[in-house]
Amino acid sequence: MTSRRLPAGGLIDRSKTIRFSFDGRELSGHPGDTLASALLANGVRLVGRSFKYHRPRGIMTAGPDEPNALVELREGARREPNSKATEIELHDGLVSRSQNRWPSLAFDVMALNALAGKALSAGFYYKTFMWPKRFWETLYEPLIRRAAGLGRAATEADPDHYEAMHAHCDVLVVGSGAAGLAATRAAGEAGARVILCERDALVGGGLLICPQHQAWHAEMLAALKALPNVEILPRTNVFGYYDHNLLGGLEQVADHRREPGEHEVRQRYRTFRAKQVVLAAGASERLIALPGNDRPGVMMAGAALTYLRRFGVAPGENVVVFTNNDSAYETALALAEAGLGQVTLADVRPQSELAGVVAARGVQVRLGTEVAGFDGKVALLRPRGGTLGDPVVADLLCLSGGWNPNVQLASQSGAKTRWDATLASHVPGEPVQGERSAGAARGLFGIGAAAHDGAEAGEAAATAAGFQSKPGFALPELGRSEQALAPLWEVKAPGKSFVDLQHDVTAEDIRLAHREGYAHIEHAKRYTTHAMATDQGKLGSLVGAAILAEARGEPVEAVGVPTHRPYTMPVAVGALAGHTSGAHFQPVRRTALHDWHLRNGAAMQPTGAWLRPFYYQKPGETGWAPIFREARAVRSAVGICDVSTLGKIDVQGPDAATFLDRLYINSFSTLAVGKCRYGVMLREDGIVFDDGTTSRLGDEHFLVTTTTGNAAPVLEHMEFHAQTVWPELDVQFCSVTDQWAQIAVAGPKARETLAAAVEGLDLSNEAFPFMGVGEGTIAGVPVRLFRISFSGELAYEVAVPSSQAETVWEAILAEGKPFGIEPYGLEAMSLMRVEKGHAAGPELNGQTTAADLGMGRMMKKAGDVIGRVLASRPGLADPGRPRLVGVRPVDPAQRLRGGAHIVGEPGSGTSLGWVSSVTQSIEHKCWIGLALVENGESLKGQRLFAVSPLHQESVAVTITSPHHVDPENARVRA
Amino acid sequence: MHLIPCPYCGQRPQDEFHYRGDATVKRPAPDAGEQAFYDYVYTRENPRGWHDEWWHHYAGCRQWIKVRRNTLTHAVAASAGPADALPEATP
Repeated sequence: MTSRRLPAGGLIDRSKTIRFSFDGRELSGHPGDTLASALLANGVRLVGRSFKYHRPRGIMTAGPDEPNALVELREGARREPNSKATEIELHDGLVSRSQNRWPSLAFDVMALNALAGKALSAGFYYKTFMWPKRFWETLYEPLIRRAAGLGRAATEADPDHYEAMHAHCDVLVVGSGAAGLAATRAAGEAGARVILCERDALVGGGLLICPQHQAWHAEMLAALKALPNVEILPRTNVFGYYDHNLLGGLEQVADHRREPGEHEVRQRYRTFRAKQVVLAAGASERLIALPGNDRPGVMMAGAALTYLRRFGVAPGENVVVFTNNDSAYETALALAEAGLGQVTLADVRPQSELAGVVAARGVQVRLGTEVAGFDGKVALLRPRGGTLGDPVVADLLCLSGGWNPNVQLASQSGAKTRWDATLASHVPGEPVQGERSAGAARGLFGIGAAAHDGAEAGEAAATAAGFQSKPGFALPELGRSEQALAPLWEVKAPGKSFVDLQHDVTAEDIRLAHREGYAHIEHAKRYTTHAMATDQGKLGSLVGAAILAEARGEPVEAVGVPTHRPYTMPVAVGALAGHTSGAHFQPVRRTALHDWHLRNGAAMQPTGAWLRPFYYQKPGETGWAPIFREARAVRSAVGICDVSTLGKIDVQGPDAATFLDRLYINSFSTLAVGKCRYGVMLREDGIVFDDGTTSRLGDEHFLVTTTTGNAAPVLEHMEFHAQTVWPELDVQFCSVTDQWAQIAVAGPKARETLAAAVEGLDLSNEAFPFMGVGEGTIAGVPVRLFRISFSGELAYEVAVPSSQAETVWEAILAEGKPFGIEPYGLEAMSLMRVEKGHAAGPELNGQTTAADLGMGRMMKKAGDVIGRVLASRPGLADPGRPRLVGVRPVDPAQRLRGGAHIVGEPGSGTSLGWVSSVTQSIEHKCWIGLALVENGESLKGQRLFAVSPLHQESVAVTITSPHHVDPENARVRA
Repeated sequence: MHLIPCPYCGQRPQDEFHYRGDATVKRPAPDAGEQAFYDYVYTRENPRGWHDEWWHHYAGCRQWIKVRRNTLTHAVAASAGPADALPEATP
């Protein structure tokens, strides 16, 4: 292994040495290197194996278009696969490994795939691995997974932090080459707030490899630094262009270090809302399909120039440069001037104005010549279209098939691309949003042309954003105009000619796709997986399209290219999630009694955004024990429960009663002040939407309660109808869920407990009957009392201003102590509601009607009600529909399962319905359930079967009333 | 991501809103019959171009506003309060 570092040159700090490792080998580089440039400098030629054929691959590019040099970075929790070596800034202690090789990079067993190459052509997986079916799971899939592995993801949690930042600006400039810098300065000097994003660590783009423009580059940077209204964001790739001029980007804050500093984020997801956008993202050099164009030693001509000039690395010694355009002449010249070995330039064009210039400086120029093959050691040169080749010894083959403007963001913004025949490429078309492309991004090449175009674009963008002034800074001179390129997509010769190196797609695969009917570009893409890898086909997408066009007998522009979509470069999901992960995934809602619950042994359960007590565990209790204890307390004495999460909506106004009459299937205009009533609300399609009790606090004042989960949807539903359907109704309402804590006190001793606690309200059955509403005080705190019951016992709910909740709760607890009061949680509540036969979430499932739930008779006889008309449709009014019933096992020792199907006979394939809720009844001392069963009403008393094929269970059950406890409803009225 | 011009709060980002769809359908009279209600609930045009839509500014003023939006370009031409009319037509 010999050092390829040139004695001088490059934007690297040779005074400092950085140590890093690749596949366990200790290597060194300098600050300013990328992992790729450091590997090249160390003479590392082989960096990975290809995806399908496991062919050896080397570094091909110097940027995000890299298809080969994918490496696994770092170790442990920070291990990250599929990083492009060309995009990784070298840092001390960097650990990197090659991927997709087994057992080692130099000897790869799977390379045998290459010998079986014909069998692995396009669509191979679809065609071959279809039969017999069992082979798929046992043989093919494990094999393919191992073979196609692209690195290993970390298995530990990501230790790093991410954040999101949202910015507004007048002008956003993407790309900091000559065009981007000029645009930024023009807009900035006009007074616009400008943000300039550059994906690279260094600002300058193409200027970084143009020593002759160094002075102008430095002057521009100094001028921009002096403008307070200009912000420059290096290491920030803009990856997406969305609606209404919103762009998304990723700032790699700490990826250039071993790990982020203390309290530092690793990456920052950025959004930019810009009045105007200047896209100066440059251009990407394109591949030429020819046999062996994937061999280690093949490199894009522009990349070779970058390694020479920016990193001071010789990418090869004896070089063949193969081109169809002028740009590669600079590479040939630079290589020759570095004095490494023989440089041969093969230009397919019969003439070149530059031939004489480079020949005079030692480059052997062969015009009208193409490269018909390369094996890593020898390139085969032949006259254009000829057959006999002429071997030229070369360890480096540089390719330049022309340049594609980076139109991805313009295309994402909605602008159609336009075919430019001179460039043989797509350029951005008419803008749809407030954007314009500048410089190479719209096909204007050369520093001078790009700078002039950028300045104009920056001025135009500033003007469109409301700023006026002429740019007054100097620009580089316009260069000579280039000679036209000769479109060249493929050199046809025996061997594998790749169009997509990362996914191993060959020119022949594209033709095969065409022959097999996948002639549309989008079909050919999916059939061959062309341009679907992490490099997004930056090198070869257009080459593949051109080969498809040839097969179709049409011009390239008729084929088009697949739609450009975000992301222009891969983005870690963690960065998009920002800090909204783990405990911060969503806000948590806590009731006013939360701290009391925690202090008293509550196991908390998330229900939607809320945390609610599941049960209160005492020492030594396991399994269902705390639940049974709590439920028994309620059934035999008294229990207390925090029901604050129920939605509460305060409704007021002269038309409040009319409004509620239209929302609920039952009437509220007939409800007396000081009373409450259970109500059912439908959706307009006739399905039950929500239920709850509504109290009349005054003639024009109601308090609606909703289920916990539907609090927000019910409020939106009410707002929609009040604002848009019945704006003539004089009614106002708002959510008071958070303002009131609500405490249920239930059990035979509930009255005695509360009577001792409440002042100012007579709780006797006569004075305050079932469904009564009143006001009083507890411990001096004003409270509302509702005599309602969810458990089926004598019960009350006490509403108290949230700030006083704990005072009132403690006061009730103290008065209940002589009766053995127990706080109870969700599980005990659920146990008792199933015993009582109340429908809840599993029954209000968005498919049931009021009649299904046994509440059909609640529908009032007349008047406008949401859902009335469509609830009467034959399908919904069918009496045979699944209807709410109770189920109990015939053998009380057997358990029931929620989700079990109800069938007439074991083994029957006809499901009559399903078990929706189950619990262990403390009253019946067995499992009980609620079920929705076809013709359920008429099946009561019959024996059916609850089957759960998943558990291989079949339980004989009796169909009962859903009211397993107190069907006469006597207890609540006691 | 869209910017929605709320007539009460000004330009606000789309994530402050919930979408409900066609704002041109009118709830029928209670006695209009099943077909009328069926159409109200289910039958929708799927226009390519301008579309008057309900957007609920739930994280703002909580008004159901009408927004005239182009389903092809996502351009927004006008907005109005829940009981107000959008301009006659947008070219």
